Amino acid sequence: MEEAANQMSPAVRESKTAYDNIKERFGEAISEFDANPTMPFFEVLDASRWVDIALYMRDNSLLQFNYMACLSGVDYPDEGKVGIVCNLENIGKYTHKLAVKVKCQRDGGSIPSVSCVWHTANWHEREAYDMYGMVFEGHPDLRRILCPEDWTGFPLRKDYQVQETYHGIKVPY
Amino acid sequence: MQELGKAESNSTRIIRQDDKRVIIEKDLDTEYMVLSMGPQHPSTHGVLRLECITDGEVVVEAEPYLGYLHRCFEKYCENVDYPAIVPYTDRMDYLAGMNSELAYCITVEKLLDIEIPRRVEFIRVIVSELNRIASHLVAIGTYAIDLGAFTPFLFCFRDREHIMSLLEWISGARMLYNYIWIGGLAYDVPADFKKRVAEFIAYFKPKVVELYKLLTENEIFVKRTYDIGIMPADVAINYGWSGPMLRGSGVKWDLRRNDPYSIYPELDFDVPVPDGKFSVVGDCLSRHLVRALEIDESLKIISQCLDKMPEEPNFNSRAVIPKRIRPKAGEVYGRAENPRGELGYYIVSDGKSTKPVRCKARSSCFVNLSAMKDLSKGQLIPDLVAIIGSIDIVLGEVDR
Repeated sequence: MEEAANQMSPAVRESKTAYDNIKERFGEAISEFDANPTMPFFEVLDASRWVDIALYMRDNSLLQFNYMACLSGVDYPDEGKVGIVCNLENIGKYTHKLAVKVKCQRDGGSIPSVSCVWHTANWHEREAYDMYGMVFEGHPDLRRILCPEDWTGFPLRKDYQVQETYHGIKVPY
Repeated sequence: MQELGKAESNSTRIIRQDDKRVIIEKDLDTEYMVLSMGPQHPSTHGVLRLECITDGEVVVEAEPYLGYLHRCFEKYCENVDYPAIVPYTDRMDYLAGMNSELAYCITVEKLLDIEIPRRVEFIRVIVSELNRIASHLVAIGTYAIDLGAFTPFLFCFRDREHIMSLLEWISGARMLYNYIWIGGLAYDVPADFKKRVAEFIAYFKPKVVELYKLLTENEIFVKRTYDIGIMPADVAINYGWSGPMLRGSGVKWDLRRNDPYSIYPELDFDVPVPDGKFSVVGDCLSRHLVRALEIDESLKIISQCLDKMPEEPNFNSRAVIPKRIRPKAGEVYGRAENPRGELGYYIVSDGKSTKPVRCKARSSCFVNLSAMKDLSKGQLIPDLVAIIGSIDIVLGEVDR
């Protein structure tokens, strides 16, 4: 274990330190740390605690993840799930970065919204909903954002079939 | 006249007049009117629709509607090979194609873990800084048009044309370059390139001063932007703002410095942030000021690169480009400082296919624009135009 820690690059080691802090507080609710060099991340196993974890990550004085760089929706057809990946970091004090994954069931699944924690998540979550169809519980304004409001289906799902016509216009060409 | 506060019902307004007297206006509540700005409004810089609910001339709420230019970038990415995505990135932020390509290429290179020749790195930085100047010139020129000044726009476009012809000379295209490739460049630069760029810098330096005097220090321009649309630093960070927008709020955050890539750590340049003497930190004028000052910094970077760039006769810019790009399984979030802020790509590779499983573009304008609803509350309609202009959106990138 110690050897593995020594092989980590300084940036990954910083993420690991931040992760250890969160793990200590939330224990079983989050998964093991994935120490890949390109994007170190952990997964939230108990999605209902995601808002607590997000608030803790933002407000703890040792973590201060005040900047959400990106929130992307992802489809995991093999697991029957869809999820989000959040890239978080701190502006100002620390240089650590950490990515968080949250998953939910593909059909009718929901993830708690963190748009109250980071305002930027508001539009990102709307986009993820638009493209993947997971519901964000507690989102103030969950509507489609890029597609028209009466579009059917969620385009970035791997099994997406485009509709034949839209308002009398032929869609596939 | 400055509005100091508003009662909950919106029927009472507290206003400070120009002579510092504070007056309270009562029973103002009239009927709300819905005013739709766009999608073809010239001041929305493309096809953006703002649905404003107005009370007289005061905007109660403005809700942006996007998607008019949605071209399914992310869906396309899942169906084409890694190198074939590069031309699509041009079409996102069409005013800064080189920067978009650079951000995408360094992200894939992180996943591939390949070493880039030094000369390629220098050329990449030179072209993307040239493109940054061109993009800022458009931003400044169109901002002036929004506020009713036509002349600076013509000055900006005259100078931008020199950059466009330089980039056309090296890549063959004026705006959609496809020049920076994964692992290298499409071509090496022509023989006289250094000389022509040096000539451009010599020509352009006095023009920057001229533009600064003409527009930034112009009294009418200052009156239209000073103290309008203030965004405090902590709120800006919470909204995920980046680039000149965040720096306009006084946060010294530049990915070229804070998360360095390419050869930026070797170069000497400042990150301009407003000090609050000329503008109120976080207002529209600050954001404009940051862009105006950044042009100087980009010129500094280009001159240094011209000095330091290694000369290699018969240089093959495609030497280290992999024959077949198939990254190992994994995921990466890579980013670069675009003229409009942080442009990031989240790419997932399954290790088997030559196509990405997921490629998400984190667009800087998209995130910057999301604060529009908060910024516009209680502003006058002409100020709303000033605020949209200062966000400097490119709808190609917002809608992707």
